[in-house]
Amino acid sequence: MILVYVDHDRGTLDELSLQAITAARGLDSDVQAVMVGADAVALAPRLGEFGVGTVHVAVDPRITDYTPMACGRALASVAQQFHPAAVLAVGSPRGNEVLAHAAAILDEPFAAECTEISLGGDVATVTRNRWAGNVLETARVHASMLIASVTAHAFAAESIPGAAPAAVVEFSPELTEADLAVRVIDRVGSGGGGVSLAEAKVVVSGGRGVGEGGFGPLEELAELLGGTVGCSRVVTSAGWRPHAEQVGQTGTKVAPELYFAIGISGATQHIAGCKNAKTMIAINTDPEATIMSYADYAIVGDAGQIMPAIVDAVRAAKG
Amino acid sequence: MDIAVCIKRVPLSPGRWTLTADGTEIDTSSSAMGWTLSPHEECATEAAVQLKETDGGTVTAFTLGTPESSEQIRELMAVGVDRGVLLETDGAEWDAQATAAALAEAIRADETDFSAVILGTESADVSGYQVGVRLAHALGWPIVTNVKGLSVSNGVARCERVVGSEREVYEVSLPAVIAVKDGVNIPRYPSVPGRIKARKKPIDTANPTRSDPRVEKVSLALPPQEAGTAEIIGNGPDAAPRVVEILKEIGVLA
Repeated sequence: MILVYVDHDRGTLDELSLQAITAARGLDSDVQAVMVGADAVALAPRLGEFGVGTVHVAVDPRITDYTPMACGRALASVAQQFHPAAVLAVGSPRGNEVLAHAAAILDEPFAAECTEISLGGDVATVTRNRWAGNVLETARVHASMLIASVTAHAFAAESIPGAAPAAVVEFSPELTEADLAVRVIDRVGSGGGGVSLAEAKVVVSGGRGVGEGGFGPLEELAELLGGTVGCSRVVTSAGWRPHAEQVGQTGTKVAPELYFAIGISGATQHIAGCKNAKTMIAINTDPEATIMSYADYAIVGDAGQIMPAIVDAVRAAKG
Repeated sequence: MDIAVCIKRVPLSPGRWTLTADGTEIDTSSSAMGWTLSPHEECATEAAVQLKETDGGTVTAFTLGTPESSEQIRELMAVGVDRGVLLETDGAEWDAQATAAALAEAIRADETDFSAVILGTESADVSGYQVGVRLAHALGWPIVTNVKGLSVSNGVARCERVVGSEREVYEVSLPAVIAVKDGVNIPRYPSVPGRIKARKKPIDTANPTRSDPRVEKVSLALPPQEAGTAEIIGNGPDAAPRVVEILKEIGVLA
């Protein structure tokens, strides 16, 4: 059996977690899941669509929002009870965090950000991302139960037509006050509002070449296309844009339908965050810029002149 | 308040990656390659130094690595770290479990009673996303990871992390482990007086024993080159109509 940690945010299913279920199905047909919190109960049956047989939902009145260590404890307790061949989650900030807690509690190794997994008794072999995917490591994991996260977008979420809803088993994990000490107590707006970067279908990203005062047309284009604005690390380091908008290895990794890379040269740290875009359009004064070899389409020239023209053309096309 | 930071010496991320002939290491022999810290750890150190400046206390940098890792400790001493502890290795890679155990032992055994450990959420090179969490479990302290905003008052750390377009807020009582992300602050550059002072600051060393890694590196490879060549659709603003066509072709514009 393979056990998958499936995340949700106050009752909204984490779609990326479905990718970990696909990875699990590649290892064994018996896939079960763990979710945490009372508001997961209503979501759990839906995992059947993706091939999960049973969802173990940890319920405790003290868990009302994301509580990382309690999630790790709940996952570890199910793993101890059922001894799955592997415990997986998607390599999101939360997925990696919960698996790290579970691995620490169980005193087992944890291989983060895997792109391939093969099980083999007491030694599993994985391929995993180092340097945010710029280098691939083949590693042997010495454990009878592999704990691993699968890197986002390495697997696609795949539903099974006609699959039955998953069975739901509620349980109360044994939790100490220490397990509950770290939890979300409040949320504050980033000021960005609107569509979140990680989920946006269109990301209009700007780099050094846009200039501090040049983001206006990028915001307009994002608005027109129902997308959001992103930026490179240089831009946030210079204080031009908030860190929440940073795309890249140390920012947010995105996989939109369309990614505009405007005035972005294409440092490896930035490419790591945007290379999963379905279509990329680059705008750059330098036709030799690294970004040009990752983009599908490129416009050579100054963003300050090109962007207003694109905004006008898109606005006209929308009528 | 006395703070420990944990850092790691890593190769400077190059424009073009090459591996050693046996395919087990990043090739650092080229003269263009240097060594540095993970960006997260520069931010971790900056956060610790800022807290020292407001509340007093000391900052101690712990690292597990080769003797050359003292170069990275000296760099951080130039921006305000007071003392270093080098857990010396022979260069063989340690896995996350062993690294966290050695750091926990050194932090517990230290004469300073630390109020917080600040480190990066993951290292730039191995990117294992777990040393901080394992360290917290070993110390019996709470941990917040992926921290992009940090303030401390009355023994409570208020941490923010970015989720979607919002920031989640966490509050933890110290002592605690805080695992930050790049962007929590903008690290300062070392000053000349800072560099001069750094030379005189103490670095203690210890020699922990390596255990066999349970995540054992077999080999490294460079990913298949996905890069191709973009279709140049124009020079300057005249390309705008073609952009509209592409947006319609891929369905983002009706």
